[in-house]
Amino acid sequence: MEKLVVKDLHKSYGSHEVLKGISLKAKAGDVISIIGSSGSGKSTFLRCINFLEKPNAGSISLSGVDISLQKNKQGELIPSDQKQLQAMRSKLAMVFQHFNLWGHMTVLENVIEAPIHVLGLSRDEAIARAEKYLRKVGLDAQAQAKYPAHMSGGQQQRVAIARALAMEPEVMLFDEPTSALDPELVGEVLKVMQTLAEEGRTMIVVTHEMSFARNVSNHVMFLHKGLVEEEGHPDEVFGNTKSERLKAFLSGSLK
Amino acid sequence: MFLDGFGPIILDGAWVTLELAVMSLLVSFVIGLGGAGAKLSSNPLLKGIATLYTTLIRGVPDLVLMLLIFYSLQIGMNHLTEWQGLEQINLNPFVSGVFTLGFIYGAYFTETFRGAFLSVPKGQIEAGIAYGMSGWQTFSRIQFPQVMRFALPGISNNWQVMLKATALVSIIGLSDVVKASIDAGKSSYKVFFFTVVAGAIYLILTSVSSLVLMWLERRYSTGVREAEL
Amino acid sequence: MIDIIQQYWKAFLWTDGYHLSGLAVTMWLLVVSIAFGFFASIPLAIARVSRSKWLSRPVWLFSYVFRGTPLYIQLLFFYTGMYSLDIVRDVDILNHFFREGYNCTILAFGLNTCAYTTEIFAGAIKATPYGEIEAGRAYGMNKFTLYRRVIIPSALRRALPAYSNEVILMLHATTVAFTATVPDILKVARDVNAATYDSFNAFGLAALIYLCITFILVALFRKAESKWLAHLRPMKA
Repeated sequence: MEKLVVKDLHKSYGSHEVLKGISLKAKAGDVISIIGSSGSGKSTFLRCINFLEKPNAGSISLSGVDISLQKNKQGELIPSDQKQLQAMRSKLAMVFQHFNLWGHMTVLENVIEAPIHVLGLSRDEAIARAEKYLRKVGLDAQAQAKYPAHMSGGQQQRVAIARALAMEPEVMLFDEPTSALDPELVGEVLKVMQTLAEEGRTMIVVTHEMSFARNVSNHVMFLHKGLVEEEGHPDEVFGNTKSERLKAFLSGSLK
Repeated sequence: MFLDGFGPIILDGAWVTLELAVMSLLVSFVIGLGGAGAKLSSNPLLKGIATLYTTLIRGVPDLVLMLLIFYSLQIGMNHLTEWQGLEQINLNPFVSGVFTLGFIYGAYFTETFRGAFLSVPKGQIEAGIAYGMSGWQTFSRIQFPQVMRFALPGISNNWQVMLKATALVSIIGLSDVVKASIDAGKSSYKVFFFTVVAGAIYLILTSVSSLVLMWLERRYSTGVREAEL
Repeated sequence: MIDIIQQYWKAFLWTDGYHLSGLAVTMWLLVVSIAFGFFASIPLAIARVSRSKWLSRPVWLFSYVFRGTPLYIQLLFFYTGMYSLDIVRDVDILNHFFREGYNCTILAFGLNTCAYTTEIFAGAIKATPYGEIEAGRAYGMNKFTLYRRVIIPSALRRALPAYSNEVILMLHATTVAFTATVPDILKVARDVNAATYDSFNAFGLAALIYLCITFILVALFRKAESKWLAHLRPMKA
């Protein structure tokens, strides 16, 4: 059964249409990489999935349940049931480009926050979870009491991944998770993401890292000007590229 | 009739308040510049005195200082005139008000100017020296204009606080807008109304000041790039 | 000064023999008005930054008026002004309330500090990094949880330096209370001055007490800042 189904998503800012009908299906264990140049709409698409941006048309269902939507005054679709939206978001943990860790909380507090106050776990359960996932992303007990601002970008992003894992989500959304990192810190984050992929977690990853898209994911979508220009298994997409635009994009990004 | 016939005395009072505030601003401005110079100087005695001054003044309520200075000065004067065999001279509340407010807010201006002096990058002064400017030229052409620009938000804030603090000077007997309103209220049995009038006059003064200061800040912040959000 | 201390130390600190007076009254005024200002300003600050003009405009007006006029006039308004109105004197409960200098003083002080605190907190809320709010949303927090767990705790911490300044200014502002016959430290000092003509020592002693409270408050807030602003300190090298 499909974990996440997105059908025909449209999104405009004023008269400018940035998404012109994009669909996506993710089965359990799928790792889908979304690539494309800046302005192709790939981040907007990801942010529409959990309604951080409001799409203008389309539908989204998670684990077979449709999210009920209604139009607002600006003609955008908004979830008609806030509770359903919040429940859905808690199953779609997102990792952001700029980490977006809560600055006034320590590492441990960041990771236990949503499990306690959204999922309703007890503090002890949440701490047990947090310790487990912090270990998984390679952070030791000493790091738990630190504040985000006192860590490197790579460490912060690993904390953010642990925060997402602690939700034990159905699907993980990654919004360019390595783009804000110094080049020497990219590797440690990609390694963690690869481990997660190998464990069979369902992941949707917007990325500039072609090696990740090629070697880790089992499906690649190339977006261009709000449309899917080419998609398929990475071996196909990278090995037997059909679209001229993707060829140009890849030769540019491989330089 | 304009404010039940009390219009003229209220306006006179408002004028006294404004004069008091402006004169106190001048005094505190000068003290502030001197204080900042002393605090930044390498002379430990000057530095110590200036630090003691700002710490003590900013640690004690302005009304307490006002009463302390006003009454002590008066008693000091009495001793002096008695000793000289002169007639008693009563301190003028306006003059005492100006010097007391100026002395108190001088401490706040000291801190404002000190911060502003420290905000001017060293390279600016070095550049002046490197181009052959004299010490005075570097100060007056390069350092001082930039200090004023950095100090402007602080000056604005101090002015607004001081403007409101002038209301306290009626407590030591000055016939300012507060005193005039209280008197008008008592004579006309419209105490409520005249308190509102006094409040409204202060609101007008602070509103006009904030408009002027906003204009000044916009004008003198040329060359300062605002943080993009 | 020794004579004054020997004769009046009790009045300066807590009682003139019949009622509370001096330091005890000043601290009571400060604590009650600060507590009122703090709790009232949190919802007001949230309304102040609200996108709805019906919520933000009235709060803006309230803080504009109270920050644009002297506290002394606000106290006159509530103490002598209100009580001069027939409607206040005719209604029993209002009559009882506004007859008491204490009530009027607390009301004026509370509203005044509330106006300043509201602006401080509203500024701090606006300065919340947008990504942190977005992360809260993305993890399924509802609006209430988002405010309670992310926005308010982060904003209150950021507001601490400005807030500590406001508390100290409020301590200094409590000195106008004597004009409403409230026997605070300054009222005691004035009475001592009237009784002894030793102005310098009478007011000097009051100044000394205020100075001590200011120093203690500054020290307490420094401690609070090192506890709650640890996440903003630069990294230790």
